[in-house]
This record gives sequence, structure tokens and C-alpha cells, in this order.
Amino acid sequence: MLDDFFIRALLAGIGIALITGPLGCFVIWRRLSFFAGTLAHSALLGVTMALVFELNIAFSVFLISAVLAILLLQLQTKTNLPNDALLGLLAHSSLAIGLVIIGFLTTIRFDVMGLLFGDILAVNQNDLLLIWGGGIFILTILKFIWKPLFASTINYDLAKAEGMEPDRYNAIFTILMAAIIAISIKIVGLLLITGMLIIPAALARNISNNPLQMVILSTIGGLLSILIGLFSSLEFNTASGPSIITAALLLFLISLIKTKRYSELKK
Amino acid sequence: MPDNKKILLKVENAGISVNGKSLVRGVSLEVKQGEIVTLIGPNGSGKSTTAKIALGIYKKIDGKVKTYTNKIGYVPQKISIDWTLPIRVMDFMTLTEELTQDQINSALNLTGVEHLKDKSLSNLSGGEFQRVLIARAISKRPELLVLDEPVQGVDFKGEIALYELIKQISDKMKCGILLISHDLHVVMSATDFVLCLNGHVCCSGTPQKIVKDSKYKELFGDRASNILSLYEHKHDHTHSQDGTIDQK
Repeated sequence: MLDDFFIRALLAGIGIALITGPLGCFVIWRRLSFFAGTLAHSALLGVTMALVFELNIAFSVFLISAVLAILLLQLQTKTNLPNDALLGLLAHSSLAIGLVIIGFLTTIRFDVMGLLFGDILAVNQNDLLLIWGGGIFILTILKFIWKPLFASTINYDLAKAEGMEPDRYNAIFTILMAAIIAISIKIVGLLLITGMLIIPAALARNISNNPLQMVILSTIGGLLSILIGLFSSLEFNTASGPSIITAALLLFLISLIKTKRYSELKK
Repeated sequence: MPDNKKILLKVENAGISVNGKSLVRGVSLEVKQGEIVTLIGPNGSGKSTTAKIALGIYKKIDGKVKTYTNKIGYVPQKISIDWTLPIRVMDFMTLTEELTQDQINSALNLTGVEHLKDKSLSNLSGGEFQRVLIARAISKRPELLVLDEPVQGVDFKGEIALYELIKQISDKMKCGILLISHDLHVVMSATDFVLCLNGHVCCSGTPQKIVKDSKYKELFGDRASNILSLYEHKHDHTHSQDGTIDQK
């Protein structure tokens, strides 16, 4: 029947979809798509750092993402440049620095493509452990901080006035973002983790009318993308990571058709 | 008269400046249980800023702010809900507090918007949205309510009803209210203490005292001084469409 590597890929993908579903909703709500992209870009630097200093890749990526988030907060206080400009600056410069450092690493063979798109078919048991362990950890924290984080997302002043400590929960959320990128970088790669965070949540927005529903539909959308993407990559022998995102895009397009019909019905 | 009502909020000589420019300075005020304190003043005089200082929203302020309760309800002056966030009125009601369906219904009923419970927040009109904001703030049975222009965009009839409701809440629920309002006539008729702001406290006191103050007359004009006398002597006054009192 199915090979072991394929089962492992499925398990890894399902784990990632379960985390990116809810987290992605917050990315969309808080208008952080570009922030997610910036963190993902910085992961390349994280991986090179791991190679140079012989660190664990996930740990190193997490560290660099966290540093980047702090750097962003610092930059915001130093200049009045808009956020998207600052994020673009950080994204591309960290990517560039990562690539420059790779140039110096002549002794190590380095698969840049693998880093960009991940290699879900090469997942081993340790990776699975990292994804599911880390995933359960992330989701537990997210459930725990849901209410204050959601209130802070709706309105900072309101949350602050009514004792919800928005600064603390915004910071925790940033750490969760760094964590999901760290544990998924090897599997879906840095270009595709952004896609998994944004596309399922975006398609869910088109067909939901309350926050919880959007989170559920976003998770289902992510799971379907993983299943359709992986099975079609097996069938058509295409690259698995990009196949997953293509599947997500197709689902997004379908969700658009549905909203159109729905709004026509309402007229 | 002995005054043993619990103090809920105490602001002492507070102010804030941004980039060296003072937004508001030297504000002292106190809100007690069952009391309505109102901030009035022209645009840009620091009313909302003062409310935010009192609520601890700013990180760096001058002076001291002390709140003696953590049951606070806040109606901000401006709040925009992004389209990307699908949220119904009922989801919004439980934003900072767990409520039962009954509690949600009765709060919405008080402000007259129970029928909007399942509607999306982004589909509400300005007035409907304000009513939902007020309902949410009172539904958690706060000890301290901070209302920043709570009836903006509400039609005239509704405005009076909502101010009456606010007065009732302060009486019945014994909560202290810090109110920001443009509507001088409401302010003067329903509040216990008035602070007149213009970057600093121009004058403060009971409504009776305030209207006689020359600084108040300077800020709002002579006509504003007549408001209270109208109120004291002629309770069957009429209003024109824009909310001003018709003088006969």
C-alpha cells in the first residue's frame, strides 16, 4: 500500500495544518501576513547560523526569528517608516545575509532549494516528534491566551482598559509565530510556511461569519490542502511542498465561487 | 453630609506629552461609587486623552493614576473592526468577560438592540454600533464605566433614552461613571461633577458652579451659561433637530 515515508509525510503535514489553521487566522486578523513572510525569510539566516555554530536547526531558526521580532520593535521606535517598509527591509536583508554566509561555507554542501520549499517526503521520526510535540505546545498556549489575545486583536485600548494586558499577549503571539516557523521550516520550507499560514485562513474568511467558525474552516482547509497536495504529488510525481500550496490556492478559488453564490442568494 | 462612598478612580496631577508637546497636563479628578463625572471641552482639548490616562492605556504619563477596582467597562471614542475578522454582536459581547446568554440578551435589550445579536459587527450602522458598545460595557456589571462620547451617531430620541439609561445604571448598579460628552445640556442636568478641559483643567466643580465660571463662558460662549437656568426653571423645554435647546 502506502510507503512509510509517505505516511510520515502525511502525519507531518497534518500536524502542520492543525497548527497553521488557528495561528493563520490571527495572522490575517492582525494583518501580519508580511510579518510572517519576514520571519520565514529570516529562517534562512537561522539555518546558516545553525550550520556555522553546529546548533539544532529548529532552535537556531527560532532564535533568529525572535531576534528579528525584537529588532522590528526597536526599529519602530527609531523611525517613522511604515511597517511594511521595515518588514521588507528586514526580510530581504536577513535573506541576503544568510546567502552571503552560505557563500563562505565552502566545506558544507547546502541545499538552498530544500530550505526554500522544504522536503516533506524526507521527514524522519525525530521531525515528527518535533512537529507534534511543538504543535501541541503551541496550540495549548494559544487556547490558554485566546481571550486576551483576541480582545487585543479587536482593539488595543479596549483590551488594555479592561485589564487584558495586550502587550504581554502580543509578545507571546510573536513567540508562537517564531516557534511554528522553527518547527516547520524543514518540512514545508520558508516560502511555503507563509502560504500555509495565510491561504487556508484567507479561504476560511470567505465562508465564515464568526471567529470560531473561521478557525475551524481554516484548519479543515489546511488539512485538505495537505491531503490533496500530497496525494497528487504522488500521482503526478510533482514536488510535494509546492503541490500542497497549489491545492490550497485551488481551495481558495473555490471558496470565492461559494461566496458569490451565497451573496446572490441573499439578494 | 457624610461622604463614605467608595473611591473608584483617583487621578492626581496627571498629564502626557508626545514628542515634547503636551497633550494634556495637570489633571486631577476623582470618581466615586454612584457618581457621574463629566469631561467637557472643545475639540483637541484632551478629553479622550484624559480618559485614556485614567484607564492606564498610555505607558508613560506624568502624575499618578490609581484605580480601586478591576471591574471596568470602557466605550472608546473610535473603534474599527477590520473586515478580515468575522465577528457577530454576540461574539463581541463576551470580548473581555464570560457572559450567559441571558446576560447578553438583557444588556442588548437595555440599549434596544437585542434584534441585532446575530448580525455581523461590520454591518451595523453608526448608531447601532454605539448601542452595542454601550451594551457590552454595561453587561459585565462594571464598578467603573468610562464612556467616551457614547451616543455619537445615535438619533436624537435614542440619545436621550441612552443618557437616561446611563443615569439609571449609575444609580442602580452604584457604579462610578467618567463621561465625555459634547452635549452640554445633558452634562449639566445629569452629572455630579464637571471638569472643563482645554489642555489643562480650566475650571471644575458642580454644574451649578461651572456655568457661573468666567472661563466656562469664555470656552463655550454666553449661550452655554443659560443651559442650566433653562434646566432649573423650565423642564418642559423643546429641542430642535440638531439637539440644541430651543430658546423661547
